[in-house]
Amino acid sequence: MSAIFPKGFDTRLRLAAGTVLIVAGALLGVVLYLAHPQQVDTGYMPVQPVAYSHKLHAGNLGLDCTYCHYTVDKSRFAAVPPTEVCMNCHARVREKSPKLQLVRESYATGNPIPWVKVHRLPDYVYFNHQAHVTAGVSCVHCHGRVDQMAEVRQLQPMSMAFCLDCHRNPAPNIRPAEYVTSLGWKPEGDPAELGRQLIAAKHINPPQNCSACHR
Amino acid sequence: MNSIVQINPTRITGKQSTGKQYWRSLNEVAETPEFQQWAQRAFPDGVADGVTVDGASRRSLLKLMAASFGLAGLTACRRPVENILPFSRASEGYIHGKPMHYATVAAFNGSATGLIVECNDGRPTKIEGNPKHPYSLGSTNAFLQASVLGLYDPDRTRQVMRRGGRSNWDEFAAFARGYFTADRLGDGAAFRIISEKVASPSLELVKADLLKKFPAAQWIEYESVNLDAVREGAAMASGQDVEPHFLFDKADVVFSLDCDFLGLDSSSILPVKQYSRRRKVEKPGDDLNRLYSAEANYSITGSMADHRLRVKVGDIGALALALAKELNVSGAELKVVGGASDKSNKFVAALAKDLAAHKGKSIVIAGPRQSAAVHALVFAINAALGNIGQTIVFTKSPRERANSLEQLKQLATDLSAGRVKTVVVLGGNPAYSLPADVGFAEALKKVAVTVALTEDENESWAASEWRLPQSHFLESWGDARALDGTASIQQPMIEPLYGGKSVLEVAAILAGREPASGYEIVRATCASQGSPAEREKIWNLALYDGVIGGSKVATAAVSVDAKKVYTAVSGRVQPAPAGLEAAFYASPGPYDGRYANNAWMQEAPHPLTKVVWDNVALISKKTAAALALVDGDLVKLSKDGRSIETPVQIQPGHADDSISLFLGYGRAACGRVGQGVGHRVEALRTTTSFFSASGVELKKTGETYEIVTTQEHHRMEGRPIVREASVEEYKKEPGLIKEMAESPNGLTMFPYVDYSKGYQWGMAIDLNACVGCNACLVACQSENNIPVVGKDQVQRGREMHWIRLDRYYTGSDEEAQVVTQPMGCQQCENAPCESVCPVAATNHSPEGLNDMAYNRCVGTRYCLNNCPYKVRRFNFLAWNKDVPEVRKLAFNPDVSVRMRGVMEKCTYCVQRIEEHKIAANADGRRTLHDGEIQSACQQVCPAEAIVFGNINDPESRVAKLKQQPRNYEVLGELNIRPRTTYLGRLRNPNPELEKENA
Repeated sequence: MSAIFPKGFDTRLRLAAGTVLIVAGALLGVVLYLAHPQQVDTGYMPVQPVAYSHKLHAGNLGLDCTYCHYTVDKSRFAAVPPTEVCMNCHARVREKSPKLQLVRESYATGNPIPWVKVHRLPDYVYFNHQAHVTAGVSCVHCHGRVDQMAEVRQLQPMSMAFCLDCHRNPAPNIRPAEYVTSLGWKPEGDPAELGRQLIAAKHINPPQNCSACHR
Repeated sequence: MNSIVQINPTRITGKQSTGKQYWRSLNEVAETPEFQQWAQRAFPDGVADGVTVDGASRRSLLKLMAASFGLAGLTACRRPVENILPFSRASEGYIHGKPMHYATVAAFNGSATGLIVECNDGRPTKIEGNPKHPYSLGSTNAFLQASVLGLYDPDRTRQVMRRGGRSNWDEFAAFARGYFTADRLGDGAAFRIISEKVASPSLELVKADLLKKFPAAQWIEYESVNLDAVREGAAMASGQDVEPHFLFDKADVVFSLDCDFLGLDSSSILPVKQYSRRRKVEKPGDDLNRLYSAEANYSITGSMADHRLRVKVGDIGALALALAKELNVSGAELKVVGGASDKSNKFVAALAKDLAAHKGKSIVIAGPRQSAAVHALVFAINAALGNIGQTIVFTKSPRERANSLEQLKQLATDLSAGRVKTVVVLGGNPAYSLPADVGFAEALKKVAVTVALTEDENESWAASEWRLPQSHFLESWGDARALDGTASIQQPMIEPLYGGKSVLEVAAILAGREPASGYEIVRATCASQGSPAEREKIWNLALYDGVIGGSKVATAAVSVDAKKVYTAVSGRVQPAPAGLEAAFYASPGPYDGRYANNAWMQEAPHPLTKVVWDNVALISKKTAAALALVDGDLVKLSKDGRSIETPVQIQPGHADDSISLFLGYGRAACGRVGQGVGHRVEALRTTTSFFSASGVELKKTGETYEIVTTQEHHRMEGRPIVREASVEEYKKEPGLIKEMAESPNGLTMFPYVDYSKGYQWGMAIDLNACVGCNACLVACQSENNIPVVGKDQVQRGREMHWIRLDRYYTGSDEEAQVVTQPMGCQQCENAPCESVCPVAATNHSPEGLNDMAYNRCVGTRYCLNNCPYKVRRFNFLAWNKDVPEVRKLAFNPDVSVRMRGVMEKCTYCVQRIEEHKIAANADGRRTLHDGEIQSACQQVCPAEAIVFGNINDPESRVAKLKQQPRNYEVLGELNIRPRTTYLGRLRNPNPELEKENA
């Protein structure tokens, strides 16, 4: 009677199983890598309904971030400004520019401008701008040099690891609160050393427990 | 069950000085097999094993899941585009992400409670009490908490309709202009208006206008649950139209005659506030008040009583008479009626002695089911005890009040004689709630013109020609006066969602008042006060404070002539005739039916029976045995040719030969939630037997009905969970409550964590103050987006309440005493749930919180199995999946809405902790002060029984409470170090009666 299973079948079976495992593992690795926020979210640069340039306004003209994002130190949200904030200037500056057509319409009709969200966190994350800005974490750490961006794009992955990196070692990213919106500001000497002094002086203690962000 | 006790490492030392055994249900005492099954498993058979829903087996479910995962994989990588839509023009002071708080007022059954409402982005999401309002003092009750859900009820009326067809407000206004005129209605002799009790000064003015226009018209203010008899009794006793106010905080001895003043027989929460102040103990030896109660149904007040006598509702008057005689307040002409038992004689003798020893510092109070004569007698007793002017004060009624029952009798005759041509229903639901002998619903069909302004598509709505949508109190301008006369402005939080109008506005249309907008009418009423220069200031201050300063009514001097009262009441106070009586009670769920479509109220377990989504007829064990009834038997109750069907349940401690029936269920026309829930008992009610009916016949139908109760859920196996002692015992041996269980030996496998620094959150719950009213349960539901699951799912043990109220009985089933214990997550320092989570979804925070990360949870339910308190809740189904769009507006934006398959539990309202910590940090990084953060359950609690705070601060209230000798940890012997601790219940028995019991 010939054997149903030839000699060496076990070896081949083991090899095949091993190969399948390795390939599946590699595939999983690739998928996980590709699906990571670093790959998926960073660089996201949607087209906005109004071609607003942060580079022009915050960079060249030197508007402070909080002129428009005026609730950043008061609330969870940094506030995308109401149309009337645009019209504070544009009622007189470039008041006929076709690029501002939508802004004028919004101001006239009361309908909102449908800005496209760039930095998006999952619904179960309760990030709070006020807590960070008042502690001396600059806008630049999460949003980058927005004052040099004609169109805003996402620079950081905004993943949980990104948050935790800073919460575990906040010193390099803490600066005096008055320089929070000066995106190009650099301290004399080691930023981490200054951060450590500020942390000690202000008793800053970034939480690392779940409920600090997830409720 | 014994085997469980044996293998349990917990040792009970048996040092319980009272030797009391605690039980939750009669099944538990009887140890039935069904009960044992419940006790041994967290969920009944099949519930936890497979996710078998609607016949879908586990295998087919897996198949489905595989398919949907495959599809999900294709779309998951693409990022959905989300828009940010800022205002075009912002409103002043608006900060996106910060809630706004506004003061307003809620009228409820002729009374008013001041509120502070939290609004997120213009939608009211949470109701709190207004500390400046004398009838709130910062607290609210379950009904007010649930009213925010009522606002977003998708089943509310949305459209003006005429004869079933669509119409609009302009058409109605045109009709009203033409019809409600002297030409058409003459002097209004055929015109009737039925509304709920009016507590609004503006509405009173509009009402006066309307009655001036139609002098012969009648406006009936009707409440299905009302306190008319109390006022009438006060009038009988004093000869004046006065409103009595009972100051429970000044009374050392309180005797309640069938009056659930801590529960539903009061239209405000003030009695609980005042009473619980006298139950707070700082140290052993402190004095407590003493509460006696005589009642048929086991009420919340009865559960707090130090001595309770089971008496039929019909015998309460005779008992009051016996007490009056024992106190010998007016000589010997009193004739005691009824065959009092040995027990009641002793009770009355001891009580009379106690009352006499506390002259001027006691209160005798009778309930709304008693006649005016009984109330007059009770006021005479109080006068003899010197309580009038001390613990009971009177104020002049702001206006004349008619007895609604007399008006209803008149209405019944007028309707049957065809003398009524126009009926306008302004709020409420008279077609459902009026006594059966008025025959309102049938008679309405013969009335020529009918108008109904209702909040939901109820029975009155369905029976009317004009159907008008009523606005919610959070949507409309108005005002309301509290019982002491304090007036407040009712400020809208949101535009009417469905274009409704308030009672005030519709009444103004009928009265032909211009302008008819609520705002202008209220403003005009308010402007009648103060000089023109001050008006703006008064108005703004009234809106800001939530009360109009100086609007309180002065107390009136009242004297009661005991002799005259006795002559008046003699012969009118009779003992109950033999046979069965039925008494009608407001239900803790839908009240009188007005909250029937409110799922939070339907699912809140009845405080005593723990029944959900149903009303049951409560009877005593003896009565059940005599009639061969068991729990769930469907019976037919009949009297005078009227009959109802209802299931019965045996209630420990219930009076014999008495049946307690609960109003507000069995709504025929209601929204999707309340439709057909429970059994309507209103059909047995008549104008003559409005509160109780004697000579009721009971017949078994032979059918049974499924009653769902949570009383056996989440049980804790006979350990010393609730602990109590008498005041004397506590004074003699302060340590006894703590020593009822062994202290842990301190050995632990958990790593050492230093909790001595920073904020360390903890809670102390005073069992002596807690009345078990459900306010915390509903407040928690509102704050934490807790879903409702429905009767069927509760039966499977899947209710989701984060805080539950465990009700324990002790003693015999006839004379059972009750202890209630709120139970939520205890935030153990050595948390058993954390160590078994395979995915680290539940972890400890440095501030001592047992954090739960929903997005990490995979739903193994190991934590639930390992929790000794049974306080973790699992989302067996996607409760929030098909939530109507409008109901989503009620969600708290600071708390995740949980999906299917994750575990959840009390977090000590961590969203509030974080909010205040961030605010304090932004505010110069200051330290939080004690009381700044209140958990939702703490904030709502009218008894102030729950105290939350930083236990590391020795000056905090919670730390001080935890220093009391009666502070104990539930299951502390397991060395799990719970952060929530309880202050043992203290009873203050009368030594004379105590000897009797021993």
